[in-house]
Amino acid sequence: MSTPYAKLPAWADYGLIPFINLLVSFAVAGLVVLLVGENPFHAAVILVDGAFGSGTGIAYTLYYATNFIFTGLAVAVAFHCGLFNIGGEGQAYIAGLGVGLVCLAFDHILPWWLTFPLAILGAALAGALWALIPAYLQAKRGSHIVITTIMFNFIAASAMVYLLVGPLKPRGAMAPQTRQLVEGAQLPKLGWLLQEFGLTVRPSAPLNLSFLLALVMAFVVWVIVWRTKLGYEIRTMGFSSKAARYAGISETRIIIVTMLISGALAGMMALNPIMGDQHNVSLDFVSGAGFVGIAVALMGRSHPAGIVPAAILFGMLYQGGAELAFEMPNISRDMIVIIQGLVILFAGALEHMFRPWVQAVFASFSPRSVGIAPSKAEGA
Amino acid sequence: MEFFEALINILNSTIRVSVPLLLACLAGLYSERAGIFDIGLEGKMLAGAFAGAAAAAVYGSAWVGLGAAVLVSVALALVHGFASITHRGNQIVSGVAINFIAAGSTIILGQAWFNQGGRTPSLTADGRFGAIDLPFADALQDVPVIGQIYSGLLSGHTLLAYVAFLAVPFTWWVLFRTRFGLRMRAVGENPAAVDTAGISVAWLRYRAVICTGVLTGLAGCYMALSQNAGFVKDMTAGRGYIALAALIFAKWKPVPAMFACLLFGFLDALSIRLQGTPLPIVGKVPVQFMQALPYILTVILLAGFIGKAIPPRAGGVPYVKER
Amino acid sequence: MAEAAIELVGINKSFGTVRANRDINLVIERGTILGIVGENGAGKSTLMSILYGFYQADSGEIKVGGKPVAIKTPNDAIALGIGMVHQHFMLVENFTVIENIILGAEHEPLLKKSIAKARSELERLEREYGLEVDPDAVVEELPVGLQQRVEILKALYRGAEILILDEPTGVLTPPEADHLFRILRQLKEQGKTIVLITHKLREIMAITDTVSVMRQGTVVATRETAQTTVEELAELMVGRRVLLRVEKGEARPGAVKLSVRNLTVRDSRGVTMVSDVSFDVRGGEIVGIAGVAGNGQSELIEAISGIRRAVSGNVLLDGKAIDVIGHADPGELRDRGLAHVPEDRHHVGLVLAFEENENSMLGYHDKPQYLQGPFLKIDAVRDDAKRKIEKFDIRPPDCRLRTANFSGGNQQKIVLARELEQDPGVLIVGQPTRGVDVGAIEFIHKQLIAMRDRGKAVLLISVELDEIRSLSDRILVMFDGRVVGERGPDASEGELGLLMAGVENREAAE
Repeated sequence: MSTPYAKLPAWADYGLIPFINLLVSFAVAGLVVLLVGENPFHAAVILVDGAFGSGTGIAYTLYYATNFIFTGLAVAVAFHCGLFNIGGEGQAYIAGLGVGLVCLAFDHILPWWLTFPLAILGAALAGALWALIPAYLQAKRGSHIVITTIMFNFIAASAMVYLLVGPLKPRGAMAPQTRQLVEGAQLPKLGWLLQEFGLTVRPSAPLNLSFLLALVMAFVVWVIVWRTKLGYEIRTMGFSSKAARYAGISETRIIIVTMLISGALAGMMALNPIMGDQHNVSLDFVSGAGFVGIAVALMGRSHPAGIVPAAILFGMLYQGGAELAFEMPNISRDMIVIIQGLVILFAGALEHMFRPWVQAVFASFSPRSVGIAPSKAEGA
Repeated sequence: MEFFEALINILNSTIRVSVPLLLACLAGLYSERAGIFDIGLEGKMLAGAFAGAAAAAVYGSAWVGLGAAVLVSVALALVHGFASITHRGNQIVSGVAINFIAAGSTIILGQAWFNQGGRTPSLTADGRFGAIDLPFADALQDVPVIGQIYSGLLSGHTLLAYVAFLAVPFTWWVLFRTRFGLRMRAVGENPAAVDTAGISVAWLRYRAVICTGVLTGLAGCYMALSQNAGFVKDMTAGRGYIALAALIFAKWKPVPAMFACLLFGFLDALSIRLQGTPLPIVGKVPVQFMQALPYILTVILLAGFIGKAIPPRAGGVPYVKER
Repeated sequence: MAEAAIELVGINKSFGTVRANRDINLVIERGTILGIVGENGAGKSTLMSILYGFYQADSGEIKVGGKPVAIKTPNDAIALGIGMVHQHFMLVENFTVIENIILGAEHEPLLKKSIAKARSELERLEREYGLEVDPDAVVEELPVGLQQRVEILKALYRGAEILILDEPTGVLTPPEADHLFRILRQLKEQGKTIVLITHKLREIMAITDTVSVMRQGTVVATRETAQTTVEELAELMVGRRVLLRVEKGEARPGAVKLSVRNLTVRDSRGVTMVSDVSFDVRGGEIVGIAGVAGNGQSELIEAISGIRRAVSGNVLLDGKAIDVIGHADPGELRDRGLAHVPEDRHHVGLVLAFEENENSMLGYHDKPQYLQGPFLKIDAVRDDAKRKIEKFDIRPPDCRLRTANFSGGNQQKIVLARELEQDPGVLIVGQPTRGVDVGAIEFIHKQLIAMRDRGKAVLLISVELDEIRSLSDRILVMFDGRVVGERGPDASEGELGLLMAGVENREAAE
């Protein structure tokens, strides 16, 4: 028998349940830590300390969060249209080409604040283009976008490897990466902002201007999805394609536009490592951010107000995880992939698993909060 | 004839390469026919490969490895089942989650247990399934054409390869000649009809999902114990997704699925053969292009035909009793 | 005296805070036909689902043949001889008839033997009850009437002695319904007990021995059918006197606003659903299209309103053509004054997850009153929604509430308000009162008459013949994709019924 979804007060729905899902994810991850032979609580302490215990740590955390805000927004926009864009990884990778070409062309000629907007365009265009073919195939041929975007991730990897060991690599160099970019393509760091709050931040900390761009884009996404005609059409399509057809919304157009926006957002992620930190385009600079974006979008319920904190949480995992890898060599970055998977599982597929128990607790303390008149709760 | 020998070689490679695809494809068939969309074939194969290789290395026995592979894959399949069936969650999200969990766990546990950078120790002959020579393969070897086909192409594969191809008619028989198959197909088309007939929709779907687990376990085991001599990180490299595309291409039928997987296998084997060889007009093709070829082909496949394939009607939709 | 076939004592069932069944006591005598009537949401289907083991009652007792029983699953019900024929058929469309019948009752793990055994049993049943159907036909290729036979055979194959039929005639033409009743009478003569759930009072009078009326979860009355009337039953159903006919003045038709010529529409499988249909709708009149569901009415209005492509034909809106074959755009049609209240408000007319104000502009979201460049003017949207809520008495009057939380009648009002307030020249309405409570029905009917009186052209599609006859100034009957006749609103139900069944009147005078 189907359990009608129990009513809960709004704060429990949007705060408590996601928090419980998160807790369970960490508990299961803790089990894996145990299996590896380490102490999960000790690991957790190192994690949090590494992420927030110092100004430099915070800078790194926010630097990683920047990546995840972009990719999380990308996945979220697609979700609103009912599409699952798993291709963020590939879209961001190819965007590296867009950013790289702009920077390599202009870094000797223009100041960074002119190169930057051009690079944003380059990133967005490249990412959008990489999403275009899967979008078109879904819209026109019904080809499942999940499979095509996964395939495009693999194709992107092959393409970028080819370019980075070949045409883009400076002659005579060994490493598969472009030449270093000079000042005209280097974004200013933001460590000084944190220092205003009395924290010490190492000058090499990678937090840079693209973090602010990410926050701006979060706001822009909110405006687009909830305050524009386009966003209204996207949400309509996401909820009911029949209603969208009735309302005169062209399915093909909306799917393609949504995926272009999604690809563009994922592409912008490339600006952070390339222009903000490493100052080159190197192999695998995306390193999984596209996939983390999925977990971030699910945790954040596809809303920018949820995505930013979720991105910071995963930034914490990345930064804290780096510290952890020093102290506990058995726990590498791949632990984060596991946690990411668990978050996706609990926040995405099992999101209502704990609802009945939470509702029972609420009902016993305060029946009215779940919509039951007190007399009925006692008598029935 | 040299050309004929080369052909036999390529076809031989085709068979070897197709086996994990075929097993994964049949695995997906059970789930999807019952209405559960499973994008987690990749993760289950990977986890099965790791478990199989780890167990085989530790216990020095291929059979132990096989058992471990199947157990682990079935466990992951049950997680997917739990999320999709009991909790009616989004099946794609659940599958994606399992893929990540498998990817991360296999590396971390591999490193922690074996300390070889994420791989399992190389397996000795005990830990692998050996080649099986069909009767008279030796004697017939020199007979022109038939002998070459028999001993060069059909004979000499490992156990799981034969199992994979036998699984095709077996699956057909289960689907179309047994009560279980009838009910399974029904639950993928109209679960309400099954429910009102007094059959448990959930139990039926769980059984389908368990079948998927078993077959993906076999697929992973084949990759780690037969194709390779151990587990290497990310060794499935997207095969689980390609198997899914083959399944859609085959319109969810067992025999076309076999041909679809053989086709992919053939193209894969051909591309390995041609690596480094200059092609007419195009010249030398970059190795990365060859690596990307199976994925490009999958997209082309999905673009060309899928618009017309009709999946099981209730596929991917959690079953909720109407009020 | 034989014990009652079934006795329900004190049945209670709640879903969350909704009490679907409230202290129900019901006796079903063996060898009789009991009718259960009630409006949508009265609790009839829930009660029968409990009897069939689909749900469990929260409290109460079920007795079969005098003995208390526990029915936890449909299997238990089947074992007790209870069979159910559902409103929406529980058939696997791409299976054959015989595969559908044996599903769940295969008796053997291997199919070959099961099917062989079933075949002979099936032949016997078909002959005995007049339920002929080709066992090897694929279900999705059968007409609806035959599909229903398969449903009945399924129950009989499992040895049902008590047969529950849930709204069986919704998809049948009047002659098919008559045939069904003949079969039911025959089953009764053979000693079977039948429970008929329906909201069609005329059927109750035609075939049942007793009738129980349900309202808001309880049984409010039980009568011998021979001793009651349609009017009494209607009043019991609703709890007050019901106006079965809406009051309206004379129609004053003006110029032709919608002109359909030789329209042909095929569905996604290539089956012709609308075949060379032509008619006009003038301003100031309501044209009602009568017909059993599935005879092309849905596809007809989908083609006219731009949701579905037609194969050939012309449609003129205010004298200008609509490109029904190529690129008809519902948005463009709205701009030209064509409004459409769709048949399916849950999946087409509304987005249930949206707030009420968001649905209040669905389809009109690109109108300048709501937009500032690419941005939505949220205040304008909400104020407009509030205005409509007040005018149409939509409850609860909260434009920020999720649409799924409104009742069926209020949801329909949201759709109606939206379409009517755009002051269209032509209004197409499909099943306007399906799943709507009686109070809202009266309101909606009055609104449609008001539109007509303001000179608008109204095209009405409904499977409820009463509604068509009550509202329409002209009635067109569709059967098998064609318009088979046109009548005035005084046409008798018998006459319309024959047309709906495809029987042409040779002498219209008779």
